[in-house]
Formats: sequence, structure tokens, C-alpha cells
Amino acid sequence: MNQAIRNTWIIAIAMFALLFGSLTVVQFFEADNLNANDWNSRTLYKDFDKNRGAILVAGNPIAESVPSSDDEFEFQRVYNEPELYGPLTGFYSLVYGATQMESAMNEELSGSSNDFFYDRILQLFSGSQVAGASVELTIDPELQKLAYDLLPDGVKGSIVVMDPKTGNILAMVSKPSFDPNQLAGHNTDDVAANMAKLEEVPGLSPFTNPATESLLAPGSVFKLVDTAAALESGKYDENSKLDNPAELPLPGTNISLPNFVNGGCSARTTADFSFALEQSCNTPFAQIAMDLGEDAIADQAAKFGFGESYNIPTNVTASQFPTGMSDDLLAQAAIGQYDVRVTPLQVAMMTSAIANDGMLMKPNLVRTVRAPDLRVLDSPKPEELQRSLSAENAQLIQQWMVNAVDRGIANRAAIPGVKVAGKTGTAELLAGSEGNNSWFTGFAPADDPQAVVSVVIEDVDLATGSQLTSPSARQLLEAVLNK
Amino acid sequence: MSELQTAPKSRRNTELLLLLLALVVGVGANMLVGLDQDRAFDQDFFAQSITLAAVALAVHVVLRLRAKYADPVILPIVIALNGIGLAMIHRLDIATGDAAAARQLMWTGLAIAAMIALIWLLRDHRVLRRFTYISLIVSAVLLMLPLLPGVGVELNGARIWVNLGFATFQPGEIAKITLAIFFAGYLSTNRDLILLAGKKVGPLQLPRWRDLGPMVVAWLVSIGVLIFQRDLGSSILFFGLFMVMIYVATSRISWILIGLLMIVFGGFVAFKLFPHVTARIDGWINAFDPEVYNRIGGSHQIVQGLFGLASGGLTGTGLGQGRPDIVTFANSDMIIAALGEELGLVGLSAIVLLYVLLVTRGVRAALGTRDSFGKLLATGLSFTLALQCFVVIGGVTRLIPLTGLTTPFLAAGGSSLLANWLIIGLLLLISDAARRPAVPGPSGASHAPRPVSGVRGRSTTGRARTDGNRTHNTREVKQP
Repeated sequence: MNQAIRNTWIIAIAMFALLFGSLTVVQFFEADNLNANDWNSRTLYKDFDKNRGAILVAGNPIAESVPSSDDEFEFQRVYNEPELYGPLTGFYSLVYGATQMESAMNEELSGSSNDFFYDRILQLFSGSQVAGASVELTIDPELQKLAYDLLPDGVKGSIVVMDPKTGNILAMVSKPSFDPNQLAGHNTDDVAANMAKLEEVPGLSPFTNPATESLLAPGSVFKLVDTAAALESGKYDENSKLDNPAELPLPGTNISLPNFVNGGCSARTTADFSFALEQSCNTPFAQIAMDLGEDAIADQAAKFGFGESYNIPTNVTASQFPTGMSDDLLAQAAIGQYDVRVTPLQVAMMTSAIANDGMLMKPNLVRTVRAPDLRVLDSPKPEELQRSLSAENAQLIQQWMVNAVDRGIANRAAIPGVKVAGKTGTAELLAGSEGNNSWFTGFAPADDPQAVVSVVIEDVDLATGSQLTSPSARQLLEAVLNK
Repeated sequence: MSELQTAPKSRRNTELLLLLLALVVGVGANMLVGLDQDRAFDQDFFAQSITLAAVALAVHVVLRLRAKYADPVILPIVIALNGIGLAMIHRLDIATGDAAAARQLMWTGLAIAAMIALIWLLRDHRVLRRFTYISLIVSAVLLMLPLLPGVGVELNGARIWVNLGFATFQPGEIAKITLAIFFAGYLSTNRDLILLAGKKVGPLQLPRWRDLGPMVVAWLVSIGVLIFQRDLGSSILFFGLFMVMIYVATSRISWILIGLLMIVFGGFVAFKLFPHVTARIDGWINAFDPEVYNRIGGSHQIVQGLFGLASGGLTGTGLGQGRPDIVTFANSDMIIAALGEELGLVGLSAIVLLYVLLVTRGVRAALGTRDSFGKLLATGLSFTLALQCFVVIGGVTRLIPLTGLTTPFLAAGGSSLLANWLIIGLLLLISDAARRPAVPGPSGASHAPRPVSGVRGRSTTGRARTDGNRTHNTREVKQP
């Protein structure tokens, strides 16, 4: 009988061994998968009970967690100046998850990054909660406010202000904007209703930051890429004479590509780069592109950052230059039409590369990450992304962009006594449509650039567009220079 | 002839020391629960701590008086488990606004009082042998009670409850003890007959048809519980209990094989016929299928439990820091998930180890006691504890289908607490009998280990076997 009892004990021990095995599988080997499961609201609950770090601009919180007494969560996320910063901070929602900075810096804000390893060990024994790190942005609040006010309500547009020497983004605004507080509530029904209302606002997607994620036809600002490609190829230099016919028949089709009818281009049938950029003539750049070929333009675009997505740390959508085009399509792509698509930030990046003597800096939104005890956990250093073009060629383009402001069609960006460099762009949206994407991108002072300003107004008529782009850029550049 | 004798020690002081340790664990856990909520030393805390300490010490004193040689480890383990359970139930009360901890505390007191009465009145487990057939009748009545209209209540799809007016009670919990007593009594009496009669086919000694009686009872009870009460967990528990007791009585694997064949057949029929069994199996295999997950009675509970365990990870969130209240039935069926979330794999492993130790001490008592009734009873009861853990924890971790059993001593639930404390009472008595020194008389083997008034009336076969066993176990005693 005793042997049978011993065997029974062995069976019991075997059952317990199975239990240890299955507990280890669930709590250790499968834990990460289970924690990441979409049905797992626990991670969210856990995060919403945390004292999440603030997002700061010049020391003031634009997103912060305050104690919440009225419901089952310990903290409520609050956004200050919500519409000014909404597309940057994104939101932190029980229903819709986290977006933008709230998502990109989640590990730091929630205190779950590896920087907090020792704090978490300490927490095991002290029982106190690990508070999240605060994230200070590179944004200058005055520039941000100015940029936001320069975009009138009712238009769809974005402005990016960037320091070309460091890649730091000084302002980044978009309209229409939204109030992330409406999505951060803890009443899921209210939040869903608010989201439904926001999604009805024309031109607004609360999930995206248009300045880094919307893809727009660039129009003539793409001519900066053509120019860089031409100079870098060695086939062209500052003395090159470019044919400037009023119309360029497109090979293989019965249509032709015209210069802008009322513009100054008609004054000359041969142009140099400076004139072609000043007046933004179409035909010389279409010819350059067909001469150099699609690959050369695509390569130059890639050197300016096309085709790559970036984390700054929020997501930047890759800008696109189409491939496999016939010559007639390449000619249209060369003037920023056809399927060329850029983010507003991409335009700022290529302008920065030119302003910074050919070196493209990595765009960046984070100045410092600080632990609750104010210890600096991270402060990103300026990072060279890649050389886009040689310094000599960059300086040539800088001068030509200055000319475009001094005596060309970008003249409304001019600031007396300051060398402002600039390039405008107008992209037709659809054949027969009145709407255009109106662009300006430039920097000042040209010999020691303090800031790059890129402005885009989407889907407006020509007159309104040019009124809202170059003059707005001028005001922003003045504000930077007056600091 | 050995000159050495280890003088039997009562080890009651060891028990007291371990008991203090167990109280530190239980009360400490409860304190942490309150500390996290900034209400460390509220009324609940004091009520729970003082009650727990008082009943623990009361049992200790009773053991000193009535079962001096009882195993010193069993009581502290159970007090620790009960204390941890109370702390977690208290913690969940704070989150949900329930008052389950107060009920659990009341039942703890009641259960321990019942156990003290059992130890005090019974003194020796062998008395129970006289109640072999009465136990069978009591078991049948207890199992049928929930089916009676007006008395029985159906909760959460299982008809296993009776309404006591002030609370609901699960008589099936008590039935597992009375059935264990019946089987131990029946098998210890008829063991020889069952063993020796019957044909031998190859390596298997087949039992005679008439000796299959207990097996049939076992099967009927298990399948009956499954069909009429729709309680898969208890059905598994009863069947496991019977199989183990039959195996221990006969040492024959053939019986186990026959039993397993029967249960596989019964289980397959149940799977095909009863939608609630099919749903359980489906919720186990296809737990992460969205359709099964969203179905009422689907895998939502088990999946949420897994999320809880996973979020605890290795070290857990710490008591009061997780969200175990998200899981339905967090303080009863799913208390293991709640503990796993807040104490982590490390803490939960420690708890499981307590069960391993408890079961091992129970088996140790079975090995040590001299009568086959006691051996059978102790093994059977110890094994039910192990099987309950396996069914519950295995279900929560998706090792096997989830069924509605409670985790002994941890889960909120009065009937389970009462039944499991009574089991502990019996194990303490049997361990006392096992460790009690044999009184050496002038003629050695002529009398029972210790005269017990209650045992006088037992059958001669019983006496003969008891004495026979004792001769093998009699210690070498140095004669003066």
C-alpha cells in the first residue's frame, strides 16, 4: 500500500510540475505577446494610472497629467493651448490609443524605458510609483504662435520653421487643428462622439500631423532638386545657357508644357539658372530633367531625403519621386507635378540642406528628456543625415534664391537690409480645378542662415495662395532675426 | 538490535514558530494592501488580522491538548494561504467596493471552529470508519440537495448551490469528504476480496464484476454531477479522488485503466451531448478566436486572466498596484490570476510550493499512519487538494479547460473554505496518529497503539489489520 501512496505522491508532484511549467509559459515566455494583445486593456489601464511625464515647450507643459479624482483612473491627461500644439503632441486616449509625440516618446513619458531600470527596482521595495520623464521640445513658443496665427482659419495649410544648422524644428503648425482634450477623456462614449465630430471637419485627420505626414504636390519648389541635380552632374554650371521656350512639346504626346503665361519668363528665350529660378520658368527645368534622365533626378531627390521615412521622433512619411516614367511624365515631374509628392517637412529639409552649405541635418523635435528628479536622461545632439550636394553648388543655389527674392517672383518675402533666400511653388491639383497648392520655402540671412521657413497652403486660388505664403514667411523670418 | 531511539517529539513549538511566520505573511500582505490605498490600518485590517491570529492560535492550543503529535507544518501552511487569500480578497474589495473579505473572514472563523470541534470530538480518525455507509448516504443526500426545487439555486450555469437563507452553500464540497470516508472505509474492509478474486488476463488482474461496485458508484457520481449539476470541475475532482483511492487500496494499474476508459467514454459523450461542456472545451482550444472571445460564456474570462498573469510577469506589479479587478470572478475562480498579477511568477510559485508542501505532508501522514483506513483517507484527501490546484491553476493558465473549482483556502467561498479546513482537520488527526509514539507494553504487539474509546466497537477484521500493520511499523525500543 505504501508504494502506491508514494506513486500517488509522484503523480501529484508531476501535476504541480506541469503547473509550474504552464505558469512559466504564461508569465514569462508568452508575457510579451499577451501584453501586446489588442484585447488587453490592462496595459492601457496601467498607463492611465501612471503619473505620465509632461511634454514641455520652453519649460511650460503643453501636455501634462493631473490627478483625477472623479473616476477610476488616477490621472487625467490635459493639453494646454491644445489647438496650437495638437498635431505635435497628438493625443493619449483610452479609446484611440496614443499618437504623435504621445506615441513616439511613450516609453519615456510612461517611465517604462530602460533609463528607469533602477527606479523600477527601487519601486519594488518602496512601493512608490515611477513617474514618467518629461520631454522638452525644440519648439519656440513665440514662433509657434506666430506661425499658427499666420494661417487663417478656414484654410488648410502647414508651416515648418527649422534651424538648418542643427535640424531642430522651431515651429510646426497646421490648420485645421483640433483639441486633443476632447479625445483624452475617460468617458469612452463621450470620446467616441467627439471623434465622430472631429472626423466631420473638412481636411482634418486627428490621427496625423499634416506637416510630417500629408503628401502634397510640390510644384516649382521641386526645381531646387532639378538645379542641384544639374550642378552635381557636372554637365551644368553657373554659366550654362538654358533654352527657355514659351512652350515645350512633350515627346510622344501632342501636348506641350508651357511657361506661366503672365510671368516674366517670356522676356527671354535663353536663360541662366538664376533667371529661370527667379521667374520660375518651367521649360528649362523640364529640359534639364529629360537631358539628365530620371535616375539623376531621383538620386538627387534621395540625397535631399526623399524615399525615406524618419522618426523625429514622431513619424515622417517618405516623400515620393515616381520611377519608370516616360520623358513626357519626367518633364512634368521635374516641375513638381505628376506623381511627385512631398511632406511640408521634406521641403524644409531640402531647403535646409541648401542653406547649410549642402549638409542635410536630421530633423529633430526633442531638446531634452528629463527624469522626475530633473536628471537629464537624453538630449539629442545635432546629427548629420547626409550630404545632399557640394558646398560650392549649395552656395550657388543660395545666391540664386536670394535673387529670386530680390528681383524675382518671391519678392514679397523680402526684408529690407537682410539677404533673404526663397523659392515659391504653385502646384496645380487637378486639370480644370481652380485650386492650387501654394508654397514658399526660404531662409535668412543667406550668408548665415538662422532659420528655414517652409509654408504650404493647400487647395487655394493663386492670389490668396501667394498672399499667404511669402508674406507669412517674411514675418516669421523677421521674428527669428529679431530674437 | 538497534540501540538507538529517536524520542518522538511533539514539535508543537516548531508549529508555533512557523505559525507566527505564517501570520507575518498573511497580516503583512494585508497591511501592504492597505498601505497602497493610504488606508493601512483601517478597521477591516484590524478585524482581519486579529481574527486570523486568534483562530490560528486557538487551533494551535487545541492541537497541544488533543493531537499533540500532529504534523507541525500543516497548520502554518494553511494559515499562510488563508491569510494571503484574505489579503487579496480585501484588496479586490477596495477596488470593487464589495465586502467579500468580511464574509470570507466570517467563513474562516466558522470553518476553523468546525475543524476545532472535529478534532476535539473525534480525537481519532478511525472512529469515522464506523460511518462508512452512513457517509455514502450523506454524500448522496448532499449531492442531491441542490436539485431539490425550493432548496437548490442555480448560479452562473451550475446547479450546485443551496440557499441557507443568510448565504448560499455548495454541499458538493462537503460531499467530497464524506465520499472519501466511504471509499476509505469500504476499500479498507474489502481490500483482500477485491485483490484476490478475479481472472488474470495477461499482465492485468481483472476484478470480479461484483467487486466493481465502488467503481460504478464512482462513475455514477461523477457523471451524475456532470449531467444534473453541470459542474465539470467537481466531476473531475470526484473521479480523480476515487481513482486514486482504488489504486492505493489495490496497487493495481488495471483498475486505473478501466476507470480511465470509463471516464474517457463518459467525457466524450458529455462533450457531444452537453453544450456547456462543448463550450468549455471550445473556449479552451480557441480562446483567442474573436468569435469565441466575444461569445457569452466564451473565453473572455480566461483570456483576461492570462492578460493579468502576463502583466504580472516575473516579479508582479506589487500588491495593490495591478488591475486584477478587470477579470470577472477575480476573488474566487480567478484569484490565481489576481495573485499572479500582483505577486508575479515568483510569488505565485511560492504559493504553489506551499501546496506542494501541504500535499507532501498529507502523504507523509498517510505513509506514517498504521491503519489502512487512515492511509486511504489521508491519501485521498491530500490528492483532492492537489487535484483542485491542478484543475484551477491549470484552467487559469490554459493548460486544461477552465472549470469552476475554487483554489483551496485562497478563493472567496464559504463552502470550499469549510470543506478544506475539515480536510485539514482530518489530516492533522491522521498525522497525529502517524507520529504518535507506540506505547511499548510488556508483550509488545498485543495491543493497539493507543486505546481510544471511540474505536472500541470496530470490527475484528479492522482490528486485525490495524495490528498487523503496526507490527511492521513498531519502533525498536530499548528495553530497560
